[in-house]
Amino acid sequence: MELNARIPDHPIDQMWDRHRFDMKLVNPANKRKYEVIVVGTGLAGGAAAATMGELGYRVKCFTFHDSPRRAHSIAAQGGINAAKNYQGDGDSVYRLFYDTVKGGDFRSREANVYRLAELSLNIIDQAVAQGVPFAREYGGLLGNRSFGGAQVSRTFYARGQTGQQLLLGAYQALERQIHEGTVQMHVRCEMLDVIVIDGRARGIVTRDLVSGKIEAHMADAVVLGTGGYSNAFFLSTNAKGCNVTATWRAHRRGAGFANPCFTQIHPTCIPQSGDYQSKLTLMSESLRNDGRIWVPKRAGDDRAAGQIPDAERDYYLERLYPSFGNLTPRDIASRRAKEMVDQGHGVGPMKNGVYLDFRDAIQRLGKAVVSERYGNLFQMYEKITGEDPYEVPMRIYPAPHYTMGGLWVDYELMTTVPGLFAIGEANFSDHGANRLGASALMQGLADGYFIIPLTIGNFLAEHSRGDVDENHAAARDTVREVTQAQERLLAVKGSRTVDSFHQELGRLLWDHCGMSRNESGLREALAKIPELRERFWRDVTVPGSGDTLNQSLEKAGRVADFLEFAEVMCWDALTRDESCGAHYREEHTTEEGEAQRDDERFAHGAIWEFKGVGEEPVRHREPLHFEHVPLSQRSYK
Amino acid sequence: MNLTLHVWRQTGPRDKGGFETYRADDVSESMSFLDMLDLVNEELTLAGKEPIAFEHDCREGICGSCGMMINGVAHGPQKLITACQLHMRSFRDGDEIWIEPFRATAFPVMRDLVVDRNSFDRVIQAGGYISVRTGSAQDANATPIPKPDADRAFDAAACIGCGACVAACPNASAMLFTAAKAAHLSYVPQGQTERLDRALSMAQRHDEEGFGNCTNHGACQEACPKGISVDYIARLNRDVLKGTLSKAGSTSGD
Repeated sequence: MELNARIPDHPIDQMWDRHRFDMKLVNPANKRKYEVIVVGTGLAGGAAAATMGELGYRVKCFTFHDSPRRAHSIAAQGGINAAKNYQGDGDSVYRLFYDTVKGGDFRSREANVYRLAELSLNIIDQAVAQGVPFAREYGGLLGNRSFGGAQVSRTFYARGQTGQQLLLGAYQALERQIHEGTVQMHVRCEMLDVIVIDGRARGIVTRDLVSGKIEAHMADAVVLGTGGYSNAFFLSTNAKGCNVTATWRAHRRGAGFANPCFTQIHPTCIPQSGDYQSKLTLMSESLRNDGRIWVPKRAGDDRAAGQIPDAERDYYLERLYPSFGNLTPRDIASRRAKEMVDQGHGVGPMKNGVYLDFRDAIQRLGKAVVSERYGNLFQMYEKITGEDPYEVPMRIYPAPHYTMGGLWVDYELMTTVPGLFAIGEANFSDHGANRLGASALMQGLADGYFIIPLTIGNFLAEHSRGDVDENHAAARDTVREVTQAQERLLAVKGSRTVDSFHQELGRLLWDHCGMSRNESGLREALAKIPELRERFWRDVTVPGSGDTLNQSLEKAGRVADFLEFAEVMCWDALTRDESCGAHYREEHTTEEGEAQRDDERFAHGAIWEFKGVGEEPVRHREPLHFEHVPLSQRSYK
Repeated sequence: MNLTLHVWRQTGPRDKGGFETYRADDVSESMSFLDMLDLVNEELTLAGKEPIAFEHDCREGICGSCGMMINGVAHGPQKLITACQLHMRSFRDGDEIWIEPFRATAFPVMRDLVVDRNSFDRVIQAGGYISVRTGSAQDANATPIPKPDADRAFDAAACIGCGACVAACPNASAMLFTAAKAAHLSYVPQGQTERLDRALSMAQRHDEEGFGNCTNHGACQEACPKGISVDYIARLNRDVLKGTLSKAGSTSGD
């Protein structure tokens, strides 16, 4: 597997600008001769499809949802970072770049991160021009708030629904292009494989989720904006439909998968309330701006929160990290919460949470201001738990939320398969071992609006147009393989439901490859996953048939892929014999209990090559160089 | 608690469909309504039957997927939430619950509780956007927007496209959905240039999709999980009227 990141040879602060000049262009008349497939309609995919359509490419866009507007980007709550420095508090492109590299614990590629920080400026302009109703101050200018991992206020937000508003902006731009005829939209159509011809991605195989028809779609390039894989854990904050299938299928066809063990556990979610639970609910990290996190000092203290005087409360983040306090990065906040619960300080009926308390904020700001900032989050919390956060503190606990790992891409966002690109959460590029809050929306939109529409031209200008169609032998073979896999699933007719296997896999991964990991646990998981996969294929039951709308069959295919993917996640966690960011190996901690990196051995991205189901994958490296942000131990004290 | 469910089952758009009755036993009050349906589906699957098809995704009230009628009310008995945010503490042991798809000509049933709401996408295609090319925007703070306008724009923009307004309306009108988008864009300065054309073409598309007329029942506002106000419908109607008059004016002037 050849890994050439193709980082342009220019100074970092001029790199993207000069690279845009170096890239070849496709002239306007020729653009309409090229077909581009975009899979996924979230912030990355939706923005990419709309912009490429606008530029004149013929775009075919796919989503398994009933409408492009349902993509999981819609659920992002807190905000989007941009180095606008509207607050005049010392922010700059360089500072956002620096914070992101440091927040990622030095496991991301400087060149990509710098470009991301630069493009953050354009994103806000673009969104406002589309009519995105960001929060404003009384003077009419845009408001900002602060977020974990930063000491400036650079987060733009639309109440607690920033993802929704940004996605609707991209969705509306996409619908406009559908109306113009530049984008052909395929809804309820799930991508199940990539068609690779002579080493180049030339199309995808999809299943129409209504008719069940499995067919090939060809193009000159394929772009995956298919999100992350947190649902490998079964219980996560991701929407139920989020899955690894598109990226895993691309991986099986030759795309390197980078850093799959970098999974982010979000610190502020509602604790689990029972075994029946189907998913966990995130409470925006923005709550940490005004909420104070604490546990009772005495383990097993059963008194109600209001009965515990201040002197008997441990505001442990403020105690351990006086300069960042409750705004430490996500990985640290999560790990410390787990530590408190493990030591018996947990609160709530299952003793599985910590308090996030707004008492002081309500006293300081008044209920009206707190309601203005967080009203809908408080309402959401009350609906789920039956408790009113204006009266009693929220209970929170970490949950899987975002995956920094993803398909390896070069500077132009192309995977190791020529013609196959990955954008947004589906790629690995910008967040290293830990993503800072309000940076996912930024990356999805930077990739979708501003990077891929240009870099794809550079690829297409150098590659001949499609002279292959659906009747090509490789396309027909891929369709046949997908059809056969589906028939196999339907034919098992065993005794266990798809969900029961997914839950079992999730528990296994959470226990051994979750918030903290160690060698023996990972080896145990690696022994158990193939067993579980084997039982799945022997004993799963998928009711119904393949030629109708069949939600059990859709789920079964996705869980089958998670069962293969889980192994490479554990291989990656096992071989990365250091702690960094969200990857916390119990064997490697500092005296203060922080992640202990090993830069000498592990200052690289780990890129995995597929060798067959159940075969040990091959690990490759992309060395990372830190020329601008000097390697240092992260400190948020 | 133990419950009796009457669930609409229909294999496809051409099937007549009908209610089937199931038991849901040992339901905990902290379960969500969809957790409860999951439980029933697991039992149906193990009994060799096909589970109930229903749409859902984020399960936190923002994606707009999970529309269904619960005891005749869109999204169920609690106000200002979606079906996925409804928890079983709203029900009592022994309750009977009737579960049906959203019903409207413009929302054909695809299977069980799943309906086709792409008519909404086509209403947006007719003009529910500001025509701006990627990269052509001025600085975001170049045009201040008074906070009250920005807040009103947001209130309208909070629509999740679930279709409860249509399901609740005796005429199956989608005017609340259409008006919410038109209003959102009409409150920001960027949306003024296309404002009247947008109103006209979205309203026209709304009618072409087979949605009924608005006769001011207000049932949509009651059913809306985001509390979107019917005032926006008046705003849209005013813009449609203005647009029609200015078109008529310009035609006669030619």
